[in-house]
Amino acid sequence: MPLSTADWAAISLSLQLATVTTCILLLLGTPLAWWLARTGSWLKGPVAAIVALPLVLPPTVLGFYLLMAMSPTGPVGHLTESLGLGTLPFTFWGLVVGSVCYSLPFVVQPLQNAFAGIGQRPLEMAATLRAGAWDRFFHIVLPMALPGFISASVLGFAHTLGEFGVVLMIGGNIPGETRVVSVQIYDHVEALDYAQAHWLAGGMIVFSFLILLLLYLTSDKAAAGSLQLRS
Amino acid sequence: MSKTPDYKQLIEAHFRVKLSDPLRSAGAPRFELVIDERLAARGVTAVFGPSGCGKTTLLRALAGLQPIHSGVLRVNGVAWHDQAGSLQAHQRPVGFVFQEASLFEHLSVAGNLEFASKRAPERLGPEQIQEITEFLEIGQLLPQKPAQLSGGERQRVAIARALLVRPELLLMDEPLAALDQTRKREILPFLDRLKSELDLPIVYVTHALDEVTRLADDLLIMEQGRVEASGPVDEVLTRLDVPRMLGEEAGAVVEGTVTERDSQWQLLRVDFNGGHLWLRDSGEAIGQCARIRILARDVSLSLADEQASSILNRLPATVIGMADDTDRAMLLIRLAVGDAMLLARISKKSAFQLRLCQNQRLWVQIKSVAVLH
Repeated sequence: MPLSTADWAAISLSLQLATVTTCILLLLGTPLAWWLARTGSWLKGPVAAIVALPLVLPPTVLGFYLLMAMSPTGPVGHLTESLGLGTLPFTFWGLVVGSVCYSLPFVVQPLQNAFAGIGQRPLEMAATLRAGAWDRFFHIVLPMALPGFISASVLGFAHTLGEFGVVLMIGGNIPGETRVVSVQIYDHVEALDYAQAHWLAGGMIVFSFLILLLLYLTSDKAAAGSLQLRS
Repeated sequence: MSKTPDYKQLIEAHFRVKLSDPLRSAGAPRFELVIDERLAARGVTAVFGPSGCGKTTLLRALAGLQPIHSGVLRVNGVAWHDQAGSLQAHQRPVGFVFQEASLFEHLSVAGNLEFASKRAPERLGPEQIQEITEFLEIGQLLPQKPAQLSGGERQRVAIARALLVRPELLLMDEPLAALDQTRKREILPFLDRLKSELDLPIVYVTHALDEVTRLADDLLIMEQGRVEASGPVDEVLTRLDVPRMLGEEAGAVVEGTVTERDSQWQLLRVDFNGGHLWLRDSGEAIGQCARIRILARDVSLSLADEQASSILNRLPATVIGMADDTDRAMLLIRLAVGDAMLLARISKKSAFQLRLCQNQRLWVQIKSVAVLH
């Protein structure tokens, strides 16, 4: 068996982290992307810029400020402690918070493009056909933006799997708790254990290639187009 | 029909709409639509005007797609917008047909129709749905996707879909404007039938005068966000201040009945409330209604009945009013022919030579008439 128990634990943790993060991002990202696609507010520019920040910032910068915020003396740390949740750094949920911030643009931008692509007209048509706001969202927006949701999910998932810098800053390297695949690979390389590193790193390449291939093969041009992120 | 206004058949529109539309160029002054009208909620009310006059905005405000800034909108006695609040678009019993046939591209034709019928206030039976698909002759299109349809077919599906929500008021925004001549001719008979066979009031926005004269019972003429004239189409089209906006196309519309066929000379006699006219036989059946357009430039005047004339249609008339035409050499004359109104466009020199004056009795000679359907 080329992969050790510790490797499998890291893989399992990575998959859990990516799944939870993607679900949370879809819930948060959908209303945010909807607002960005529709609003005429002056806040649109600043908010879009904030959403896109993780695309350009070094993960260490993001990780550093998240660590500060979530530490017992930071504002988020104060909040979680007063709620009796303890502090988040060096926990799985700390990683989830970090990943949500880190992968936000990869979910919001494809959704925003998909929503903008629908335009106003189908929604107006639906309204004159007696469809209320939720009815319009579920029966017009969701099916029409489905390719956008697929690429948002795939990108959010794959990008979270590939996260390293933020994890190291706020999660450290606790086996079974915060040691995800990327950190495990780093450990192998530090230990000059290149064979193990190859198995994990090569596995990551194959896996990432396959899900992106699946995305390009199954979804139409619109979804593939939204993969061209504005980074 | 009784003359007293029945609030059950009335659109009471007294409101303002302000547009800060980013589509309008930034430097242009903010557009404001001011409507203060009581429209008959029966038959076809055409809203006519140049592009940018606000006619589509008016329609969208009726549908609830464009917020009303202030004022009141009541339809058939029900407040759609007043100080107390506003019904949202999906709460208003309207059907809306957009300019370019907007169908849900992700659904088949059947799916598009079902989207509407499922949301109708009362669930429609399969017979009623079939009746409407047959009415618009779209039965064989049901399994297709909108992308596979021609422009005319798409528009027919869009009309069927609008009818399937059982609207109390059908709003049509230039439904023919995006179609070429052939497709237009394909759709127009359906609009004629819509008008004559369904008891459904229609507000029809257009910038094409031929659609107005063919379909409208009432007419609202708009310019720069204001209503310039409104009333029954025959009356509005013969108003002296209106035709100046129409230029060469100024003229009257009269409605009559085919009463006689002269097979020797290939002519038809049409009786109307101002007498009768002989037209070229275009195959209409005896007893059929005929709408006739008489352009002002095709009407000439003479003081006596010129028997020795090539013109078949000569009718006694009374001068009701005169006004300058946009062309400085010409005058527009409004004439009463029986109970009907006609317009004549003649040169000022002829008017001087005939010594035309108010209430003068004379003869109109009609060079040509066009049957609209």
